[in-house]
Amino acid sequence: MSHEGEAVVGLHHQFDTTLQQKEAASFGMWLFLVTEALFFGGLFCAYTIYRWSYPESFTAASRTLNIQLGTFNTAVLIGSSLTMALAVRAAQLGKNKLCALLLALTILLGAVFLGVKAKEYADKFEHHHVPGPTFHFEGEGASHAQMYFCLYFAMTGLHAFHMIIGAGLLTFVIVQALRNKYSPSNYNFVEGVGLYWHFVDLVWIFLFPLLYLIGRHH
Amino acid sequence: MAAHGDHGHVTPLKQYYAVFLALMVLTAITTWVAFQDLGFLNNVVALGIAGIKATMVILIFMHVRHSTRVIPVVVLSSLFWLALLLVVTWTDYYSRGWLGVVGR
Repeated sequence: MSHEGEAVVGLHHQFDTTLQQKEAASFGMWLFLVTEALFFGGLFCAYTIYRWSYPESFTAASRTLNIQLGTFNTAVLIGSSLTMALAVRAAQLGKNKLCALLLALTILLGAVFLGVKAKEYADKFEHHHVPGPTFHFEGEGASHAQMYFCLYFAMTGLHAFHMIIGAGLLTFVIVQALRNKYSPSNYNFVEGVGLYWHFVDLVWIFLFPLLYLIGRHH
Repeated sequence: MAAHGDHGHVTPLKQYYAVFLALMVLTAITTWVAFQDLGFLNNVVALGIAGIKATMVILIFMHVRHSTRVIPVVVLSSLFWLALLLVVTWTDYYSRGWLGVVGR
């Protein structure tokens, strides 16, 4: 409970305690993530429908992806989630410098992920696997391979777009951390950005098996 | 909430490292399993592992394990709405051919 006339640093007037303020912030962020889950959910839904309709095409198209790069990127993203979690912990303990360093590392890992993704996209352009007038796919399952690549680019593209936004948010948090803005009583913004970054990791955890690991055993 | 201190629960470093390690191992397993022929179980295993990985990220990295009770409710509500989105669409696509609907 608050005490009249006693100002707690970083506590906004509508909250009784910093803990309540923190919980409200997390709650709000989680509500946003629900809408994000449904946003991606629409694409996952489309994916399931088309994969059921054209299983051969999806298998054939999926196997053109580079599984080494995909696995590597999954590891990189999980690594960035770890550094993110550690950064939130540092902010929670008021260690602003450590927090900034870990966030910089998170951005770096995110950049590696996007760089690898760019390489994969470039390969797709080179092999004419990008949907559109220049699309070309031969062999078994060629009939609806374009549908797989539509979903591949829509899903990984939207995911990458989220990461770019995340990198922007992280940059802002780094600046704030270097200004010593975070303390055990108020690190809510770091926590919120952390939730967002982990959510992006969650999406990839499902994208990886669904896009890269179809029918590899044939 | 008093047990969590004034400013929320601080997760021990060991737990973060353990989750990270588990996620890495599961990633290696899911890639390896994809090359084994398990029939339709390939999909089940792949999505099962993804589900386990997601659960760990949500509980530990996203602090849901030590959050207030309303947060798990929000998380589960997202799963509920996702399930509605998926299941209702699936039943529609699955059953649409059953009736001779004009114009289809």
